[in-house]
Amino acid sequence: MELLIFLILFPLLIAGLLAVIQAEHVRRAVVISGAVLVGIASLVALAFSVTSQAVFYSVPVNNIGILVFIGDILISGYIIFVSLKARQYVVTGITVIQLILLCAVEYLALTNHAHIPELFSDQLSGIMSAIIGVIGGLICVYALGYMREYHAEHPDRPDTRPRFFGIMFLFLSAMFGIIFSNNLLWLFFFWEITTLCSYLLIRYPNTDEAIKNAFRALLFNLIGGACIPIAFLVILLTGESELIGLHELVSAGPGLALIPAGLIAVAGLAKSAQFPFSSWLVGAMVAPTPVSALLHSSTMVKAGVYIIARFAPVFEGELIGILIALIGGITFLAASAIAISQSNAKKVLAYSTIANLGLIVACCGVGTAEGLWAAILLIIFHAIAKSLLFLSVGTVEHQIHSRNIEDMSGLVTKMPRITMMILIGIAGMFLAPFGMLISKWASLHAFVESVPPFGILLVIIIAYGSGITAFFWAKWMGKLIAVGEPQQKDESHIPGSEKSILYILSALTIVVCFGFPVISWYLIEPWLLTMYQSVTELISLSNIEIMFMMLFLVLIMPFSLARFTRSATRVPRYLCGIPESETMVFTGSCGIKREIELSNYYLDTIFCEKRISRISVGIGIFLIVLILNIIIVGGGL
Amino acid sequence: MNPFLAAALFIILAPVVGVLITGLDRILTARMQGRVGPPVLQPWYDIRKLFQKKQVAVWGAQSFFIFCYLIFIIFTGALFFAGGDILLVIFAFTLGHVFLVLGAYVSYSPYAHIGAERELIQLMAVEPMIIIVAIGLYQVNDSFLVGDMINHPGLPILLLPGVFLGFIYILTFKLRKSPFDLATSHHAHQELVKGSTTEFSGFTLGMIELAHIYELVVMLGFIWLFFGNNLFLSAVAIVVIMVLEILVDNCTSRVRWQDAITSAWFVTLVAGAGNIFALSIM
Repeated sequence: MELLIFLILFPLLIAGLLAVIQAEHVRRAVVISGAVLVGIASLVALAFSVTSQAVFYSVPVNNIGILVFIGDILISGYIIFVSLKARQYVVTGITVIQLILLCAVEYLALTNHAHIPELFSDQLSGIMSAIIGVIGGLICVYALGYMREYHAEHPDRPDTRPRFFGIMFLFLSAMFGIIFSNNLLWLFFFWEITTLCSYLLIRYPNTDEAIKNAFRALLFNLIGGACIPIAFLVILLTGESELIGLHELVSAGPGLALIPAGLIAVAGLAKSAQFPFSSWLVGAMVAPTPVSALLHSSTMVKAGVYIIARFAPVFEGELIGILIALIGGITFLAASAIAISQSNAKKVLAYSTIANLGLIVACCGVGTAEGLWAAILLIIFHAIAKSLLFLSVGTVEHQIHSRNIEDMSGLVTKMPRITMMILIGIAGMFLAPFGMLISKWASLHAFVESVPPFGILLVIIIAYGSGITAFFWAKWMGKLIAVGEPQQKDESHIPGSEKSILYILSALTIVVCFGFPVISWYLIEPWLLTMYQSVTELISLSNIEIMFMMLFLVLIMPFSLARFTRSATRVPRYLCGIPESETMVFTGSCGIKREIELSNYYLDTIFCEKRISRISVGIGIFLIVLILNIIIVGGGL
Repeated sequence: MNPFLAAALFIILAPVVGVLITGLDRILTARMQGRVGPPVLQPWYDIRKLFQKKQVAVWGAQSFFIFCYLIFIIFTGALFFAGGDILLVIFAFTLGHVFLVLGAYVSYSPYAHIGAERELIQLMAVEPMIIIVAIGLYQVNDSFLVGDMINHPGLPILLLPGVFLGFIYILTFKLRKSPFDLATSHHAHQELVKGSTTEFSGFTLGMIELAHIYELVVMLGFIWLFFGNNLFLSAVAIVVIMVLEILVDNCTSRVRWQDAITSAWFVTLVAGAGNIFALSIM
């Protein structure tokens, strides 16, 4: 299993190369070849995981644990340095606490040594690696064209692109590290690298706002991250030092694993931007769009839900699991509601990411096999559709110089191809027969049977959230296709690399929608079988048939489109006045010429961002503290 | 019954049943208003005439979306009567409506635009309750399949009174009846002209009318599920509820969208969510 080492170290090598290369065309070649190799290697890892059982691998290097510890110290040292320089003393304080805890952990781990394999790989790792490798790689390639335009548009901002691309690949490397680590000390090391990378990427524009938001992201992730060393202390103090292995911990069952798992899940909640931590992810959109795409789709937030999904079997039927699920459910509802009131496309995407992660967390917290099945499907669908959406919005933003949804009115005539891809992305996010719907369906199936009456509480939350999501996505779709005056078609300025990445992602969205039963049969169900021993028939054949029929229906639609568009006689729209030829102007009362201008509903009296986030942050803090209380009380007993 | 046969029967018979119900609705409405009213088959004459008219539109794509709307509503109904998964039916229903909304957006007409926005608000108002209906029926029948639900030997409504009430409440939205006919109403003399359907005419409008008729039959089918295999009681319930809806339609005026959505969500929470929550505790 040298492949795992390759996937962790190769992006690191590319990162190192990119950091020193100054010439743009060389960087281009390195990024593209690096992304292609990483993508292929990650797909190979996926293919291996289909055929084999979980594979464990001990790194044949002596004292490598010390190296990881030194790495941890270096990261903390760097964070302490920058936070002191920026006078962010809270960040410094938390880092220092974390470092002290970690030293205690190392002290105990050295005296009380258990040999466990450092790395491992199973079907879930395979799926995650494909997501990170393929989508992460595509985003890096997309960033080439995007960042060139970005700096042409913002000449005032420092151009440190070599470092930027270096960090992007470092991020991928750390993500591979997280998903392949069996030793939790290693996982924590990579975890901290992703926190650091996201900080560096968010502050890239180097404006005051960017720096402020970067520190907020750092702070929230450190607060969450501090729970992990505490979990290690709990593990080591109870004397079972081999439980420091992820696989060993999960197999130990709730009796031993629940408290450490709960603590690590709190870190996962922070990383996956659940309430009360969610504001860091919204703030992160000051960064260039490829960064947002990377943070939102394949890395960072996915690390958070990944670790919660890993511990899901431990949470089944436990109060801590229910509370985590409730945090997820409330996040789903609140973030969707806030998304209604937003007109900034990136903000809508950010809130919808938070909402979807909430749904994933809810599915994991419930911890049943069905819930986990839905969660993994959601992770896959969300990664692809969300990266497609972010990147297309980034492309549109560079063309129309606005990220406001209102300015995208009639975009379908100006950029038909890009609009088509946004529509595919949105459809992938909420419409039947695409992915998200399958997941929503599965999660409702999962919740209705789990831990009464809490399962029903989650069902009610999902029921409300479901209608809300339909509202904000559909009105965005409507804006794109509402054509007042056809605009000149103009897609020629879009860099070829951006366009081809968008094509690939759209194709992937559709392929995954078609192929989800295959993914389910060959990857998710075998994995669940090893986790839960017995798995009921998760998705019966008839339902798959029906979904395929619906997919088929959607696919024949484009052909009917051609027929209908030709057959109609064009007439001016009804304006309750005299239309001036076929333009958007009409003669109103007293002969005044008026132009029509339409805008979407944002319903911000009901779905006020400030109020809803204040309430849900409150609920979130309450639930988190409740979880910590239960852990303390449970640990004391 | 064979699911394919049931689906085929739905596709053929639903327009007949739907046209008759709509025709009787119009006569009853007229009588309540002191008029004689049109013949029972008037809805059918209307649709036939619409299909014969010349096709005009602001943009050709309009009829494409409406075609999708019709297809999905028929598909959903067929899935329902074939005994399929009720959650899937509900989600496919939502998808169908999104197509209607998109069709209204395309024209960029102010009236259709506001109609589309309101259509979405209605969708958002109704969705939680419909999902809760599915969950409630699951709790009683232990299955999400409509095919199993119609064989329930007892009366699920006895366990689901709140869910039933909530469903009746949102049924008014679904039947586009006052006070919740925000997006488009059966009458053109309102502030939005014909709202979301303003820019549709001829064949396209005919498809919308046909889709509404299919939808009506499916919504009434939901009432049936509350009475299990007791066909007589469910028929009585359907008649009573239709008369009630018509009465409400005739003696209320349209509410503002704020009131519509908040009241629908409130009723959903109190009657529907409370009911299924209680069931899960028991």
